[in-house]
Amino acid sequence: MAGFLDRISGRAKSADSAKERLQLLLIHDRTNMPPGMMDDLRNELLEVISRHMDVDRSAVRIEIAHEGRSQRLLADIPLKSTRPRHGN
Amino acid sequence: MAGQVITITSGKGGVGKTTATANIGAALAGLGHKVVCIDADIGLRNLDVVLGLENRIVYDLVDVVEGRCKLRQAMIRDKRLETLFLIPAAQTRDKNAISPSDMQRVCDELRVDYDYIIVDSPAGIERGFRNAIAPADQVIVVTNPEVSAVRDADRIIGIVEAEEKGPAQLVINRINMDMVNKGDMLAAADVLELLAVDLIGIVPEDQAVLVSTNRGSPIAMDKKSKTGQAFRDIAERVTGKDVPFAPQDGENGFFGRISKLIRAGSN
Repeated sequence: MAGFLDRISGRAKSADSAKERLQLLLIHDRTNMPPGMMDDLRNELLEVISRHMDVDRSAVRIEIAHEGRSQRLLADIPLKSTRPRHGN
Repeated sequence: MAGQVITITSGKGGVGKTTATANIGAALAGLGHKVVCIDADIGLRNLDVVLGLENRIVYDLVDVVEGRCKLRQAMIRDKRLETLFLIPAAQTRDKNAISPSDMQRVCDELRVDYDYIIVDSPAGIERGFRNAIAPADQVIVVTNPEVSAVRDADRIIGIVEAEEKGPAQLVINRINMDMVNKGDMLAAADVLELLAVDLIGIVPEDQAVLVSTNRGSPIAMDKKSKTGQAFRDIAERVTGKDVPFAPQDGENGFFGRISKLIRAGSN
């Protein structure tokens, strides 16, 4: 009921904001990586990969996921369909 | 069996570390164990007043470390619980007056005759905190359901793991169920999910805690208090007993969420 009232009044529950903010905050604290640095990492990764492959830049997803207290860097980098290479 | 050293810490100040130390210590003594509480917050002595023992201090932890008195002389015996002792912090010195190896030495001496040595850590991640966790067999991290306290708890849990003192165990202190039900406070299950650590206690927000501190009588000594019961449950869990977590609100399967997280964490 409270959730319904919040939805029609357009006010999100503050506990949900706290949880969402902490989820991001803890990932950056644990990896010692400020939020702004993710953009640099993304650009550098794409620069290197693009030298070898044709990357669909608009669909790239790079994020840090966590399982329990350990983190992993997930990169989902779709490739553009390429023509078969000469000689194959 | 040699006594166990349990350090209570938090990162952020003001979340209830000293209250938790006094109450867990008192509850363990109430179970008949021989307990020594050590105030490791050198320069900001506090545990003495929460335990109501401030008028009986003659010597302190720094006096012991610097050899001005014997360990026994610095130990104040509680008159209500005769197996509960306090070693107070020095009030006029600073955190550099003792080292992690001094703490090890004092605790090793106490392990011989006492079942539990509960160390109250200062806030922060500096020397005083390092002193407090150096002798620990088990570290309990106290937090509140609040953004900055949870963030600092996460940092501390990481350091405790890096120092190979982990896994830390979590006390979530000052849960206000009315606010949780309105969606204006993180629920215990949320905090647990964020920190991904073992839970050892959930303590409700309760004005009676301030009243008990005013009197210098830990709320764990009050058999009728629900909050006192929460601390007594923590003490039982410290001894290895499997005490179920009381349902906090009886709706939304809250208890189910908690126990699911605990099971997930222990796999």
